Amino acid sequence: MSPAAYLNCFLGILRRELLRFIQQRSRFISSLVRPLLWLVVFAAGFRAALGIAIIPPYETYITYEVYIVPGLIGIIVLFNGMQSSLSMVYDREMGSMKVLLTSPLPRAYLLICKLLSGALVSLFQVYAFLLVARAFEVEPPAIGYLWVLPATLLAALMLGALGLVLSSLIKQLENFAGVMNFVVFPMFFLSSALYPLWKMREANEIIYYLCAANPFTHAVELIRFALYGQFNSQAFWITAATTIVLTSVAILGYDPRRGLLKKR
Amino acid sequence: MTEAAINVSGVSYHYSHKGALNNISFTLQAGRFVALLGPNGAGKTTLFSLLTRLLQPASGSIELFGFPLHKSPGQALKQIGVVFQQSTLDLDLTVAQNLAYHGALHGLSGRAVKQRMNIELERFELSQRANDKVRELNGGHRRRVEIARALLHQPRLLLLDEATVGLDLESRQSLNRHIRKLCVEENIAVLWTTHLIEELSPQDDTLILHQGDIIARGSSEELLAEHDAPDIAALLIQLTGAKS
Repeated sequence: MSPAAYLNCFLGILRRELLRFIQQRSRFISSLVRPLLWLVVFAAGFRAALGIAIIPPYETYITYEVYIVPGLIGIIVLFNGMQSSLSMVYDREMGSMKVLLTSPLPRAYLLICKLLSGALVSLFQVYAFLLVARAFEVEPPAIGYLWVLPATLLAALMLGALGLVLSSLIKQLENFAGVMNFVVFPMFFLSSALYPLWKMREANEIIYYLCAANPFTHAVELIRFALYGQFNSQAFWITAATTIVLTSVAILGYDPRRGLLKKR
Repeated sequence: MTEAAINVSGVSYHYSHKGALNNISFTLQAGRFVALLGPNGAGKTTLFSLLTRLLQPASGSIELFGFPLHKSPGQALKQIGVVFQQSTLDLDLTVAQNLAYHGALHGLSGRAVKQRMNIELERFELSQRANDKVRELNGGHRRRVEIARALLHQPRLLLLDEATVGLDLESRQSLNRHIRKLCVEENIAVLWTTHLIEELSPQDDTLILHQGDIIARGSSEELLAEHDAPDIAALLIQLTGAKS
C-alpha cells in the first residue's frame, strides 16, 4: 500500500467521525452544557468554600471559575473518549466494526486513525467551550489558545486510547454503565480538575497520592499550563507515556488472536 | 490449472471448550461459485470470520490467491469483498457516504471511489438512491448496497454470508442472478453461504458443513446421485439430520 493509500484511509475515517458528529447535534450541545453547568452553577456555589492560593501557572489570585476551566476541558475530552468507546461497542454489536477491521491496512494503523479522528473532533467542542467561557471572565492569554491545542490533543488521545481499551474489554453495551461508575467518575473526582492537589493533601494524604498518580490529573495540568503559555514537562511525559501504553493495550485488545468475536 | 482463490488447509477453531471447526480443508478456484450449506451452528459464520481475519485459526492455514492470511494479511484482504450475515452499513450515513468510507479503508482516492461508485451503483440499479440515507432503504436495497460496497475495490473473491436472509422472493432471485453474472462476466470467485436451498442450481459446487466438519463436497448433481437423494433439502436432512 502506498503512502497515499494510508492518507486516504485516515481522511476517510476522519470524515466519517465528523459526519457522525455533525449529525448528532444533541451530542455537541450536551458536551457543551455539561462543562458549562460546572462552570456556572458548581463554581458559583463552590467559590466561597474554596480559596485558591497563587499556584503555578497562575501569577495572581484567580477566581474558582478560572481554576476549573482546564479541568472542564479535561471532562470534555474524557466524555468524548468514553463516547467513542461506546460507539465502538455499539459498532461491534451492530456489526459495522467489521468494515473497519477487514480493511487491508494494518489494524494498528486503523485503530490509531480512529483514535486521532476522535481526538480531532473533540477539539471543536473544546474551542466552543473556551469561547463561551470568555463570557464568564475566563480569558487566558492569546498564546494560550494556541498552546492548548497540542495539549488537548494529547489528552484526548490518552482518553480515547482508554476508551478503546475499555471497548475491547466490554462484552455488551449494557455493561457500559459500569464504566461511568468505576472509571469516569473516579478518574474525574480523583484529579486536580476540581481542586488543587495541595488542598486535597490537607484533607486526606491517601486521596492526595491517588490523585497524584491519576494520569487524568497530569492531562489536566498539561492543559492548565498550556492555556497560560507554559509547558509542564512532567505532565507531558506522564500523559504521553500513558497514551503509548494504553494505545498498545488497545491494539492488543483488537488482535485477531485474542478474537473480537470469541467473547460473544 | 486455475488459480486457487481460497486454500484452506487443516483449519481448526474452538470457542472456549466448544469446537467450531475441526481440521477442515477445501479449495475454491478463481471465478467459481461455491455454495456453503449447513444447519445453524455448523461453523459457517466462524469460517467467514476466519477468512476475513476477524478471528485467527487455532491451527492450519488460509491462503487467498496465494497470499497467506496470517503472514500477508494486507495483500490477502485486498482480494476479498465481504457481505456479512448481519448488515454492517451505517444507517445514518447516505449510500454514497457508506461506499466512500469503505473505499477509503481500502486506500482508494476520492476520485477513484467516485468512479467505482458510479459503476457499482449503476450495476445494482441504485444510482438514484446514492444520496439517500441507508435508514430510508428497504431490506433488498440495503443488501444491494452492501454487495455494491463489497465490489467497490474490485476484489477477486466475494464472500457472502446468508446475504439473502430477510429478503422477499423477487429480491432473492434478483440478487442470485447478479452474483452469478459476476462470476461469469468478471471472473469473480464467490463463496455463498445459505440455508435457502432453492437458491442453488444443480451444477453448483457445494460444500456441506456440519458440526465443524465438511461432510460432503462436489456438485449438487454428483452429491444427489452419490447419496441417492431426490433433492438438496432431502440430502441435507439425510446427512445432518437437521432441516436446513
